[in-house]
Amino acid sequence: MIDLIWLVPTIPFLGFLALMLSAGKMPPLAAGMVGAGSIGLSFFVACLVGASYLSMGQGGELAPYTQTLWTWLSVGDFSAGFSLYLDGLSLVMMFIITGVGFLIHVYATGYMKGDPGFARFFCYMNLFVAAMLILVLGDNLLLLFMGWEGVGLCSYLLIGFWYKDPHNGYCARKAFVMTRVGDASMALGLFLIFMSLGTLDIQSAMNTAESQWQSGSGIAVAVTLLLLGGAVGKSAQLPLQTWLPDAMAGPTPISALIHAATMVTAGVYLIARTHVFYELAPGVQYLVGVIGVLTLLMAGFTALVQNDIKKVLAFSTVSQIGYMFLALGVGAWSSAVFHLMTHAFFKALLFLTAGSIILAMHHEQNIFKMGGLRRDLPFCFWMFLIGCLALTALPFTSGFFSKEEILAAALAHHDGGYLLWLGGVAGAFLTGLYSFRLLFLVFFGEKHHETEEVKGNNLQLPLVLLAVLSLLGGYIALPLDSVLPHAEHDAHPALHYQVIMIGLPMLGILLAWYLFVKRQDISRSLAENGFGATLHRFFFSQWGMDWLYAKMIIGPYVWLSKINRRDFVDALYNGTAGLVRMTHGWLSETQSGHLRWYVLCVAMGLLLLVSIGVFA
Amino acid sequence: MISVTMQTVPMSHGLILAAILFLLGLAGLLVRRNLVFALISLEVMLNAAGLAFIIGASRWGDVNGQVMFLMILTLAAAEVAVGLGLVLQLFRKHGTVDLDVLSEMKG
Repeated sequence: MIDLIWLVPTIPFLGFLALMLSAGKMPPLAAGMVGAGSIGLSFFVACLVGASYLSMGQGGELAPYTQTLWTWLSVGDFSAGFSLYLDGLSLVMMFIITGVGFLIHVYATGYMKGDPGFARFFCYMNLFVAAMLILVLGDNLLLLFMGWEGVGLCSYLLIGFWYKDPHNGYCARKAFVMTRVGDASMALGLFLIFMSLGTLDIQSAMNTAESQWQSGSGIAVAVTLLLLGGAVGKSAQLPLQTWLPDAMAGPTPISALIHAATMVTAGVYLIARTHVFYELAPGVQYLVGVIGVLTLLMAGFTALVQNDIKKVLAFSTVSQIGYMFLALGVGAWSSAVFHLMTHAFFKALLFLTAGSIILAMHHEQNIFKMGGLRRDLPFCFWMFLIGCLALTALPFTSGFFSKEEILAAALAHHDGGYLLWLGGVAGAFLTGLYSFRLLFLVFFGEKHHETEEVKGNNLQLPLVLLAVLSLLGGYIALPLDSVLPHAEHDAHPALHYQVIMIGLPMLGILLAWYLFVKRQDISRSLAENGFGATLHRFFFSQWGMDWLYAKMIIGPYVWLSKINRRDFVDALYNGTAGLVRMTHGWLSETQSGHLRWYVLCVAMGLLLLVSIGVFA
Repeated sequence: MISVTMQTVPMSHGLILAAILFLLGLAGLLVRRNLVFALISLEVMLNAAGLAFIIGASRWGDVNGQVMFLMILTLAAAEVAVGLGLVLQLFRKHGTVDLDVLSEMKG
């Protein structure tokens, strides 16, 4: 069974080919069947493969399984195979991508109904899933990089899916260019790995590095920093996080699949996959944690003041990925992957529910125009409540297990872990505050509109399944022990720490209730007066990061290109063109069309030649 | 064939005559705007060239010069036939044979 693994990325790719070659002419029903069906089939095959893989390792260590399909390229000593590598980590990722991806595809058949680009939408979605599977299953960094760029391309195509609005195109370009900054750094990292280790095969590169590199040596630091650049760009962490909120311009299922559940977590996967490098560079590994904490705090504050339902969720995604980076930074590798999985469940649930709300509100996304939807949309309310509870890490929901593991690992981290823990706990408080602010503003308070629930199996069943996973996903045991080293946090933290970790999110919920249900006037006056208003504006503008980048990078670049418009090289080209134009002007004067003028010219020319012949 | 002993006209006189004829033809070509006169001027120039060949042939007693003259004659006849045909067509199309008016081929 396990040798069927090549089918897992192939089926979505075939779905993409079928949808692409039909050039959008496929009827919506068939397109939906192909688009969602291919992912479903892929998930089915993934289950078969997973079951046989796990049964292989009964009682012992899970040995990785490699399937080489063909040699991709081979130059001199270097050869990169088109090989799929299956171990615990890629197994978990494969299940998340095909499983959550399937549910989102099913949902999308309902959400995108009647859209003129229906078939095109599923075409891109299938390509995305295929590329993402290549990313996680590739056994060498080159193949991983191909998937990495493939998902970037699909992200671009899908953010700008409604391309008739120029703003969507701008958002898509922004996402593409911002992630390209990270990708350039990652490509350099790959070059460096190849240069110093002579291979791009992940496992053998890590083995060689372990024996050749000193801990904390320059090469280890450089490689990990460059790879971190790629991860930071893809996963929307500081300082490259500004593209993710704008990526919400795409259809909501895209936000759920690409910008919450799978693609944005690729950075976490990359670092977990290359964890040996990071263990050789402890400084950089700590930096990963610091970046995570800073990002989760910043995004938490920003999520507090947004008024677009999808933007709140986007910043919450940035913040949760910050938690994953924090986990990576303190060496809790499997906790990071665990949180990646639970986050995929509950954030997909939240985004899809938000999609249902947006459909019910006829594409209104401003939460201040919603309000009091609890009675009209009871189904959405319960789903959203479950999602928010898991996001806030209420005990016994899936988010609780993963987040608690991360915070405990941060606390147990030998040096500097306490500060990271403090940041993480503050972030947990913020999470409770902003997610329930969102819930209360949307479902409680005054009602502004009459709405009706959008119904349909394909719109509701995926939500129910995701809700079940969000509640119970914490009990899934991941087969990561053979891949990632154990973290040092097996001992549970002291009781008072546990009380803080459980109590603070609850406090956040209470505060949200007080500020946004009980005494709305307080939150309003806070946001409108004096210092609060300034702070509100500051947070709303993502701490002025967009402004800063506009001033620091875009402004000087535009200025440079403006003054550079008339540079020396251009002068050379323009000069040549001008010279040609001038002589052309002169010469065309001689072509007057007067026959007698031509005769005179011929006679004069002859005279000239003869006199040269005679006198010279 | 003219024998060398019977020679009465020096060669330079003949060549000067040919040059004068040639320049007259050239001047006519440059000065006249009528297309028919331009053709006639061309004819004069061709004959000047022909005369130069004949003179050369008689000076050196070489038959090739006379052959060349016959060639020029044939060429001139053909040229006039084509040229006059073109003149007729141009006149029908434009209603004039003025060279300055017929200057469509501007660069």
